[in-house]
Amino acid sequence: MRLTSRPARYAAAFAAFGVVLTGCSSEAGNQASEQEADSSASVNTEASFEAGTTMAELNEAGTITIGTKYDQPGFGLLNPDGTPEGFDVEIAKIVAGELGIAPEDITWTETVSANREPFIQNGQVDLVVATYTINDTRKQSVDFAGPYYVAGQDIMVAAGNPEGIEGPDDLAGKTVCSVEGSTPAQNIRDNYPQANLVTYDVYSKCADDLTNGNVQAVTTDNVILTGLVAGNPDGFELVGNPFTEEPYGIGLALGDTEFRDFVNDVLEDSFEDGRWAEAWDRTAGAITGEDAPEPPTVDRY
Amino acid sequence: MQFISDNSDLLWSAFLTTLSLAVLSGLVALVLGTVLAAMRVSPVLPLRGLATFFVETFRNTPLTVVFFFLVFGIVQLDLQFPSRFTAAVAALGLYTAAFVCEAVRSGINAVPPGQAEAARALGLGFGQTLTTVVLPQAFRTVVPPLGNVWIALAKNTSIAAGFATTELTAALQRLTNSNGNQILLVFAVIVLAYLVITLPSAWAIRVIERKVAIIR
Repeated sequence: MRLTSRPARYAAAFAAFGVVLTGCSSEAGNQASEQEADSSASVNTEASFEAGTTMAELNEAGTITIGTKYDQPGFGLLNPDGTPEGFDVEIAKIVAGELGIAPEDITWTETVSANREPFIQNGQVDLVVATYTINDTRKQSVDFAGPYYVAGQDIMVAAGNPEGIEGPDDLAGKTVCSVEGSTPAQNIRDNYPQANLVTYDVYSKCADDLTNGNVQAVTTDNVILTGLVAGNPDGFELVGNPFTEEPYGIGLALGDTEFRDFVNDVLEDSFEDGRWAEAWDRTAGAITGEDAPEPPTVDRY
Repeated sequence: MQFISDNSDLLWSAFLTTLSLAVLSGLVALVLGTVLAAMRVSPVLPLRGLATFFVETFRNTPLTVVFFFLVFGIVQLDLQFPSRFTAAVAALGLYTAAFVCEAVRSGINAVPPGQAEAARALGLGFGQTLTTVVLPQAFRTVVPPLGNVWIALAKNTSIAAGFATTELTAALQRLTNSNGNQILLVFAVIVLAYLVITLPSAWAIRVIERKVAIIR
């Protein structure tokens, strides 16, 4: 009697546990499908490619690994449920969709500024869509499709602009904050050496220092500053005078010209049929409150 | 290797910043830590309590939090360090002083009680006993643990990279972004720069240890 009753009790416990589990997972499933519904990326199930190309391989595998940033509101920000969201993410979904890969089959990987080139070179990611500025040094290690967006370096000041900073030339003698290792910080060092630059590891510390009055300005790409201003509209304001052009491209393996042409074609299509603008409105545009800008021209260098 | 000559100014100044951070905060920690150890063995209860409070506060708080407090926290109290470098020296010095204090205190406890009793029998006061009899012997026994603390401090200076001090780790962040095609080489150069500080230190510690060892 004892021998049979104990396993029975375990079985009952397991069954009860299973009910709880299925309850959870089906709920999660509902949420996921709701999110898919408002995503613009449609999956091209009839996509077929010439054998031997990267596109054919990815289409065959039915999955793709894409690197994006996890800490950039509006472009690539990790949700609590573990999936990233933002403009970069939407662009990546459009490209994956044209390869016949559904958004849920994309494997996301966090790429930060320091590991983007190695990840592409070692094949750990197939694409990098991560506020990745196209420049000549990087073109030596990876190929770029795009640009799909052109950002510009801008300046954020305390609300009311007490120092009267209208552009980078007004930074002379002022203390300006940026992030160590970033392109905007290097630009200040090279071209505006009279500005007193301090560098932290994250922009939130720059924002703290601007609140404290330790620095008079914060400078980086306008899209990042917009996210900071949106977080504290009473404390900060954007000067709104971009003084550089940062073309954001999609990074892929060096020399894979067919893949690059394919991604460029997809981008141009999305510019024309409105998927690009729609992705903007739902992500970065929702933060800035501005309409989608004119799409950039793809640079097939 | 091109990027090393292109960035030699940055690498050199970053190296000097790391070295001066370590040396200055090391001196602060050594002096403050010794004073704290003296307070912890003193017969005056409030001094003992104060020193114990200090040590337990800084020894049990993450260094990053100490940095955060000294850079962003004290502004709320209307206090401010003159520069971010001094804030970094203060954070590293206060944090490390707690560890120096405990190392020195263990050395004091290792001095046979007969030494202090003899000093008192000769008519020396607490201060004289400590400075002329006990501490000189205590320091001799704590060279290895103090060496540990020093090497840990030299590496802890990297936290300052996140708080607007351009030392070696900050240079690493800057160079990996601008030289994405040579990241391994950038790492190697930065690691080498740290080793230039820590390896000779380890050797010096061994030499000092042998020189001052007490043969019992």
